[in-house]
Amino acid sequence: MSKAPARLGLTLGPVLFNWPVGRWVDFYARIADEAPVDRVCLGEVVCSKRQPFRDEVILDTVDRLERGGKEVVYSTLALPTTKREVRAIKEMIEAGYLIEANDIATVQLLNGRHHVIGPFLNIYNEATLALHLKLGATRVCLPPELPLESIRLIAAGNDAVEVLAFGRAPLALSARCYHARAHGVAKDACQFVCERDADGLDVLTLDGKPFLAVNGTQTLGYVVTAITREIADLREAGVVSLRLSPQSCDMVKVATIFRDLADGHTTQEEATEALSVIALPGPLSDGYLRGLPGANLLDEVD
Amino acid sequence: MRGYLPPYLAKAASVLPLLPLELVARRLLANAMAVRPTFALRLGEHAGRTFAIDPVDCPFVFLITPEESRASIRVVRDLSAAAYDARIAAPLVVLLGMIDGTYDGDALFFSRDLVIEGDTGAVLALRNAIENAELDPSLVLGLPKNIHGPFNRATDMALNRLRRTLDAPEPSGPKAYSS
Amino acid sequence: MMARSPSSIPELVCPAGTPAGLRTAVDAGAHSVYCGFRDETNARNFPGLNFDRAEMREGIAYAHERGVKVLVAVNTFMRAGAVDLWKRGVDDAVAAGADALILADVALVAYARETYPKQRLHLSVQAAAATPEAIAFYRDRFGIARVVLPRVLTVEEIARLTATAAPCETEVFVFGGLCVMAEGRCMLSSYATGKSPNMTGVCSPPSHVEYREENGALVASVGGFTVERFARGEPAGYPTLCKGRFQVNAAALHLFEDPVSLNAVELLPRLADIGVAAFKIEGRQRGRAYVSTVVRAFRRAVDAIATSGRIDVTELRALTEGQAETTGSYKKAWR
Repeated sequence: MSKAPARLGLTLGPVLFNWPVGRWVDFYARIADEAPVDRVCLGEVVCSKRQPFRDEVILDTVDRLERGGKEVVYSTLALPTTKREVRAIKEMIEAGYLIEANDIATVQLLNGRHHVIGPFLNIYNEATLALHLKLGATRVCLPPELPLESIRLIAAGNDAVEVLAFGRAPLALSARCYHARAHGVAKDACQFVCERDADGLDVLTLDGKPFLAVNGTQTLGYVVTAITREIADLREAGVVSLRLSPQSCDMVKVATIFRDLADGHTTQEEATEALSVIALPGPLSDGYLRGLPGANLLDEVD
Repeated sequence: MRGYLPPYLAKAASVLPLLPLELVARRLLANAMAVRPTFALRLGEHAGRTFAIDPVDCPFVFLITPEESRASIRVVRDLSAAAYDARIAAPLVVLLGMIDGTYDGDALFFSRDLVIEGDTGAVLALRNAIENAELDPSLVLGLPKNIHGPFNRATDMALNRLRRTLDAPEPSGPKAYSS
Repeated sequence: MMARSPSSIPELVCPAGTPAGLRTAVDAGAHSVYCGFRDETNARNFPGLNFDRAEMREGIAYAHERGVKVLVAVNTFMRAGAVDLWKRGVDDAVAAGADALILADVALVAYARETYPKQRLHLSVQAAAATPEAIAFYRDRFGIARVVLPRVLTVEEIARLTATAAPCETEVFVFGGLCVMAEGRCMLSSYATGKSPNMTGVCSPPSHVEYREENGALVASVGGFTVERFARGEPAGYPTLCKGRFQVNAAALHLFEDPVSLNAVELLPRLADIGVAAFKIEGRQRGRAYVSTVVRAFRRAVDAIATSGRIDVTELRALTEGQAETTGSYKKAWR
């Protein structure tokens, strides 16, 4: 008995970078009106110092997204450390929103309430996924470094797995701010230098080879994940949704490309071609999914 | 140069045939493997690799391939015609000191008295296996147990004197630090 | 400062990378040693390191005969389709007499707790539990007896966590390699090489490390990315990715961390005062000389805390990586 191919959902991940509030508002307005995504994650994941700038506009933004037919998810900090940061998460939970947990502390605070999980929790196998589902997770975005074989095993028998399909992969978090360090300022007096880099600040090797990117306390890959070649494999594996992580490019266009690809209206070659002409901060990659280094590019032979 | 034998010795040694040296080396290696039967197991996937142990101040190089229960060793004049997976290079007394615990391999590498080349994983496996093996001169020479203590002490003294004469690096290994 | 009762002297937890390393640490005065099996189930899965089942049993016997505890690390995240490997690791460690298991994957913690209700379980630093809530998750659901705290915390944060974690104990790194990223959640290594500490138990794996001479300098690279260049005469080091030098805005710097080592020996009395139960020395991949020196020195320091004697910090200087030291993030200026 064969199942009809399920429709792959599209999730717009939270904006990881410190975009000025005007840009942020305009971005979500366009997403609300034009982007063929099913759900949108909102919220500061990297640095709590950035959050206050959006407090004034967040409710209107949520409203606009919901009127545009998008399900809104509230993303939380990936590395909460202070009492204040944990209290802020607690308040969001108590307000009844659908929360994206990015740290085990948040799972603890949720205490069994239904929630989703972002690509920052260590869910590397079917047993750990099952445990999180028992704890109330309804959808889980897996860590970017997982290869397809593992994803297949993890997604089998459930409708909960989401995979990062586009955007610079988040690789690490620290208590130390690398933007501040790169600019020679202290974290406590950072002057929000991270605002200058809408896709993160590029890090090269001593030979000048592009390697990584930093975004405040977060480190990301230089390359841009683009899972265009394995969409059918992912669907077959039981993955229910693709996550698109916003970069500074035209994300409506990116979402449209993935929507068409997921629905079979374009081929993977056409989709790859369409992505490659968009101004992206790095070359396209699917290394991790193929079980290779995450830096490996789309057209690199195994 | 730190720990190097005087060049005239190398010149003199270069006219000697290699076979006697290889026979002695084979014996020493067999002794070591006999007292440490799990050595190759510890190397895991790196057993069967060929290591070029290169005393840079001597006109010969040892090529060692540790396998399941034995290890093969060859001595060559230089590496130009040899196939090897990794090369570990240092003055002779420094290499000997790594095997008997006088030196810590990490410290020698940091101070660049030791140079490695090739399969880094294989070198690391070898270094960890040697660390674990706790070899000393009397084991390698296959001497009766009852003279191990005095023999090792005597060898230590002689080698320490030699190292000081050659201006070798300061001891940094377990022997130097155990009290 | 008052003299302490024996039961409140912090436990000195020391690295045992090989059977010989275990004996060295035990003989040098460790209160407990930590080690792992020779496979991807532990986070120091380097070639030539670790214990097979027989060596583990022998090592535990050696330690127990001398009144030293053994903590077995099964602290990587289980691979999909291969969870049995990790479960067997837990089973065999318990059967061999491990005093505690050090775990990170929550599903493995659940398995260990359900299967061995009386077994002491410690939470690995790889679980990155850095808040009272995170610790409570593991303590209340699975009865974790001790949590190894991330190295990215200040002393004040450690104090708060130690107080709120009770009755779960805290264990703090005091010497050795420093990890600047939230541990267990760092993919820098797999980005460059395809292998990560989380899944395979290796960071900047030697299989992908290359040293080459270039214009008189020694260039160290990982996965084809140059991580450091050592000029002639400069001490060399292992190219751990986050300790390398990189270019940002056309300037070269140690962006993530300087190649320094943690040495919190001067903070030991303070950490003991706030109730930290155990001091952990990093270094399963280090040689016996390193382990012997460090363990002896820290045992003296810990004993000195007990008798309110002075702690001598000088003898540890020579052993720190790159010959430079730091108290890490324990003092806030690090951030």
